Amino acid sequence: MQTVPSRLAGRAMTLAYERRTVAENLTVAVPDHSFTIIIGPNACGKSTLLRALARLLRPTAGAVLLDGGDIQRRPTREVARVVGMLPQSSVAPDGITVADLVARGRHPHQGLLRQWSRDDERIVAGAMADTGVADLADRPVDELSGGQRQRVWIAMALAQQTPLLLLDEPTTYLDIAHQVEVLDLCARLHEEQGRTLVAVLHDLNQAARYATHLVAMRDGAVVAAGEPRQVVTAALVKEVFGLPCRVIDDPETGTPLVVPAAPRRTGNRHQPA
Amino acid sequence: MPAAPVARPAGRTGRRLAGLALSLLLLGLVAGLSVAIGAKQLSPAEVWQGLLRPDSPEYAVVHRMRLPRTLLGLVAGAALGVAGAVTQAVTRNPLGDPGLLGINAGASAAVATATAVLGMTAGDIWYALLGAAVVTVAVHAVGGGRAATPARLALAGAALNAVLYSYVSAVMLLDAASLERLRFWTVGSLADARADTVLRVLPFVVAGLLIALATARPLDALALGDDAARALGARPGLVRAAATAAITLLSGAATAACGPLVFVGLLVPHLVRALTGPDLRWLLPYCAVLAPVLLLAADVTARLLGRPGELQVGTVTAVLGGVLFLHLVQRGAGVRR
Repeated sequence: MQTVPSRLAGRAMTLAYERRTVAENLTVAVPDHSFTIIIGPNACGKSTLLRALARLLRPTAGAVLLDGGDIQRRPTREVARVVGMLPQSSVAPDGITVADLVARGRHPHQGLLRQWSRDDERIVAGAMADTGVADLADRPVDELSGGQRQRVWIAMALAQQTPLLLLDEPTTYLDIAHQVEVLDLCARLHEEQGRTLVAVLHDLNQAARYATHLVAMRDGAVVAAGEPRQVVTAALVKEVFGLPCRVIDDPETGTPLVVPAAPRRTGNRHQPA
Repeated sequence: MPAAPVARPAGRTGRRLAGLALSLLLLGLVAGLSVAIGAKQLSPAEVWQGLLRPDSPEYAVVHRMRLPRTLLGLVAGAALGVAGAVTQAVTRNPLGDPGLLGINAGASAAVATATAVLGMTAGDIWYALLGAAVVTVAVHAVGGGRAATPARLALAGAALNAVLYSYVSAVMLLDAASLERLRFWTVGSLADARADTVLRVLPFVVAGLLIALATARPLDALALGDDAARALGARPGLVRAAATAAITLLSGAATAACGPLVFVGLLVPHLVRALTGPDLRWLLPYCAVLAPVLLLAADVTARLLGRPGELQVGTVTAVLGGVLFLHLVQRGAGVRR
């Protein structure tokens, strides 16, 4: 096994919803201080794996280990101070302001006897500054653009101040510019704050560019895991996605760039005269 | 004291506190009017005498009728307002109401049964609470137990609501004597208030308010979705159960004391949300203060309109609430989602 230290790992997990089994005997480790990105075709179980790592789904066999102990056995508030998660299904209550939504990230640090404090105020302001939404603090969340809204949700997760942060498809429904904006933000949080980030992404090229550790899944199993340069090869893309392709160097970053093969056409394509 | 690191949120907290103080002032004013105005016309001086001097001729009117009535309005109003706010939070429905969960209907059905079968006087709190509790458990069971979702709870509540109100109507139509006793109770009234009515419901209302306040923060987390709530360290099943217990205690007690008062629990949280935003830590205290303002104002209006007799406060809240509600619906406020 790997010798890389890992606070969060899944060991021999069987993951299932009521009737459907998604994965069996799945073992995966999140290297500390990595930006881990999970990729794979639709319904390969990548979001299910993320939900299990965030203890939103209880494995029917095996376990998710946080600092060596079963995550399901630890008090949920305690876990929420170590592992943060941004689910896809989050809804912003009608009329809530940006500052109020970000403030809800402080929940696991508060209690009946420990209500709102100066510290909370400072941390919420810091999270809004880090994500560039401080100017929007008093605006209702419903009025923001998709990209701004996603940055607000990330700010809320940051306010939770967890060393580990899991993001379920944080770029879905965003246009390309906002996708890059959100991923740049994640990369910055990873580099500057030393947080461990785990994200599920659809776009293979974005994953290869931003990840420090890539996990490729197919049919509920991990096919390959490691540095993007080692993982993203033409053979692997064919195996995981069933897509013939060429892999070249990204001219911007030097990371692997997948170029899908063009289907062989019989006739000449229409050329303008 | 050191300056706040960020001026803006501190300023907003200040505004919210000032608004709450203003609301309390308003409540004091309406409570004063409720003591001063009644079927028997008294001058402010006479009311003052009646309040303070046991040997004055107005002492009995003020102490036996107007004070208990005003206190009941305060207690029941706060209960209904907070119950409504918690219901809207737990069902994630901005137009939610304890009635939506069938709780008022449960209390009514139990009181109707007790009145018709056992010959009880309407307003006995234990029957109302028992009915409210049984229906709450039933709604939870039908709505899916621990896997209950807001939509399923609302559907189960609506179904039981229809059944139970038909039952209440049937009991009242079959038995003329019960009809007579229940007639006023089913409209909603503060008029029967006696000092011991207030004292009997008070412990339940206090317990309900405390539970509601304790669940405010986890309910705020729950508003973001069950997954997000769990990620924040809240336990959705537990939070929903505690919130439902609070709703049952509050609306059961209020229904027992004054009958089913419609619209107070629906309208007040809805209006207050426009002032405070959806944050329950502010919404609940505001509702606890402003719902009695609405209820007492409606009660005073009922007394003035009905002179020399009086109208039932339930009629006034229904008309007032209905009109305001139509206005809200027409404006499209709060029904965006």
